[in-house]
Amino acid sequence: MLAGLAAMVCIAGAVATPMLALVAIAPAMPDLSADYLGFVWSITRFTVLQAGLSTLLSVMAAVPLARALARQASFPGRQAILRLLTLPLALPALVVVLGIVEVWGRQGWVSTMLQQTGLTGPLNIYGLSGILIAHVFFNMALAARLLVAALEQIPPENWRLAAQLSFSSRHVFRHIEWPVIRSALPGIASLVFMLCIASFAVVLVLGGGPRATTLEVAIYQSLRFDFDPPRAVLLAALQLSLCAGLFALGGRMATDIAVMASVGKPARRPDQATAKLTDTLVIAAGLTFMAMPMLAIVLSGITAPFDVIVTQAVFWRALVTSLALALAAASLCLVMAWSLLAAQRTIMRRRIPSRAASALMSSMQAAGSLILVVPPVVIGAGWFVVLHRTGLANSAAPVVVAVVNALMALPFALRILRPAVVGQAQVHDRLCASLGLTGMQRWRLIDLPVLARSLTLAFAFAAALSIGDLGAAALFGSADFVTLPLLLLQKMGSYRSLEAAGIALLLAGFCLGLIWLAEKLKPEAAAQ
Amino acid sequence: MSGADIRLDELQFAYPGGEPFHFSTSFDAGSFTGLIGPSGSGKTTLINLIAGFEEPASGNLYFDGVDAAEAEPAERPVTMVFQDNNLFAHLDVFTNIALGVSASLDLSGDDRTEIAGAMEKTGLSGFGHRLPRELSGGQRQRVAIARALVRDRPVLLLDEPFAALGPALRRDMLRLVSTIHKERRMTVILVSHDPADVKFAATHAAFLDAGRVMANRPVDAFFSASDIPGLQGYLGT
Repeated sequence: MLAGLAAMVCIAGAVATPMLALVAIAPAMPDLSADYLGFVWSITRFTVLQAGLSTLLSVMAAVPLARALARQASFPGRQAILRLLTLPLALPALVVVLGIVEVWGRQGWVSTMLQQTGLTGPLNIYGLSGILIAHVFFNMALAARLLVAALEQIPPENWRLAAQLSFSSRHVFRHIEWPVIRSALPGIASLVFMLCIASFAVVLVLGGGPRATTLEVAIYQSLRFDFDPPRAVLLAALQLSLCAGLFALGGRMATDIAVMASVGKPARRPDQATAKLTDTLVIAAGLTFMAMPMLAIVLSGITAPFDVIVTQAVFWRALVTSLALALAAASLCLVMAWSLLAAQRTIMRRRIPSRAASALMSSMQAAGSLILVVPPVVIGAGWFVVLHRTGLANSAAPVVVAVVNALMALPFALRILRPAVVGQAQVHDRLCASLGLTGMQRWRLIDLPVLARSLTLAFAFAAALSIGDLGAAALFGSADFVTLPLLLLQKMGSYRSLEAAGIALLLAGFCLGLIWLAEKLKPEAAAQ
Repeated sequence: MSGADIRLDELQFAYPGGEPFHFSTSFDAGSFTGLIGPSGSGKTTLINLIAGFEEPASGNLYFDGVDAAEAEPAERPVTMVFQDNNLFAHLDVFTNIALGVSASLDLSGDDRTEIAGAMEKTGLSGFGHRLPRELSGGQRQRVAIARALVRDRPVLLLDEPFAALGPALRRDMLRLVSTIHKERRMTVILVSHDPADVKFAATHAAFLDAGRVMANRPVDAFFSASDIPGLQGYLGT
């Protein structure tokens, strides 16, 4: 209980300190020339526009894909496809961007194909179109996965009723699927919108100029290139109020982020056979769109000059830094998640929670997903300004990045751990009490075996997110502080694309390998 | 519409990795049979095969002598009421019943009169605009029965629909089904785990054990018999 309070205070502190400090040291008003205000207005508009379009396209693509996947329960390779849809969550954004450039860029696969058939000239991926492709890659997958999960919640009796009442697939959509989709969509759409509004790596690489910059990237640029903290503060405040406003407006965001959840055997459906052809086409299209960039990362990565890369001292420094950060961030994330959940469990154990207890409960739940409202770059920017004032920016950089990474992974870790900690433990509480099992003995015999798998998965996921993160690290990057994604960004910026491809493959390998290893762990008998 | 007779001829079915079921029996037109037996003996599987929700590996199934083993669920002369989830949670009582008349909800004036009649018969008058979550468990099952009434199929299959209700309420529901059975003379098969329910409402009783129909007789003959393998053990008599 105390640990939970402490975790909540730490989270609030990590987020609020830089905010308050910013206000306190808020320097003389930033330069508010008409030119600058015009710039701020145009990037704010672009931030909202790209997020809105990304959300619209992602959701519009996700609905048919999710319907097809939910309907074709015995589609060959269905499980593998559903797993493929969860991969983007763990893949570093920068790596995906590289893959998307390989496929959709000026010299990419699609351009080459179009030119050979003489249809059109090369595609230009930089600007809005590229940002949209990347965001749809990430979020169509996420939305489709969440929708499939929602559709699979439909009780099997509904399908039997549909069969008995001779529903056509139009009737199935109207009476069964649409009500489920409609109730899931607002949550999914607001989650996607928030993720797109806070998107950093994608816009940093694929955007550019005032015409295609978002607030996040502008914050980074005003700190790193112009070193103009007042402007950064203004932009951060704008970004924050945008996110908070939308959060208040949207309310019920799907914070229930489905992570690698296993899928039960879906029911036999009466509309399977008739929709087979269109479903196959939809799934094939979705699969192609998702698989191409991933394939491109592998294909260009395996031919990379690894012999050159391994001779560079900076590569090894980046590797060690990234691994150490991942370890620290993942450990911190687990400690925070565990403390929050254990405290929630204690509160729930009381039969009738007092008003204060339920308020505490909801603030703890809010603390867990705070990072979705306050983007990592904004927190990072706050700390950057504070630490620069005190001259600690370089020495404290790794700590701040690790903390921000841990906060980023927290919603996912909570999602993975909650059923195991809160659900399973509730089942065991009475039995343990009657057997007199308490303390370490209970933890060792009962809790740990049940939790081991979820803990490992949450740790792996947090580590993967941290290894792939660019937002927080980019602000603090320096000659002394280089992570793998930062190195990748440098290589891309200096047109060493072969080396970049190698590092990208390595990064992707790390992240997916971690998840794969964690999932390989023998599911313990206790999980039933 | 009066009942159809149902005949199962060497109907075989197995769940992946499970022991095979092997059903041979018949249900007379207009009979009301209670199906009892230990859990896992195949009661639900048997009525799922009749309704067309499971596909038999081999064997034949006849309604009034017409082979229907390959027919789609909607083509069979059958309505089934499940234990749970008989209703679409977001649709009100009236609409849930109306789906039994038309999947696209194109209703004529006669249809509406008929639905109102079914609601009255099942004690749901005035509940038309309620959502399933605003109903008690017994009322929800009444909606499912009202839908079965407007569908008016010759066969009514009931898969323990009253198992979650208390004894008095269960009796009320059985009485309702019994009344409908007498009026419409449909063939009714009720899966139950309580022999007393079967004695109370049914005309026939069948005993399933290990995937086979061990006996299917009129209620009086069934419960006084001593030659049905496994029945004494199951009943604990």
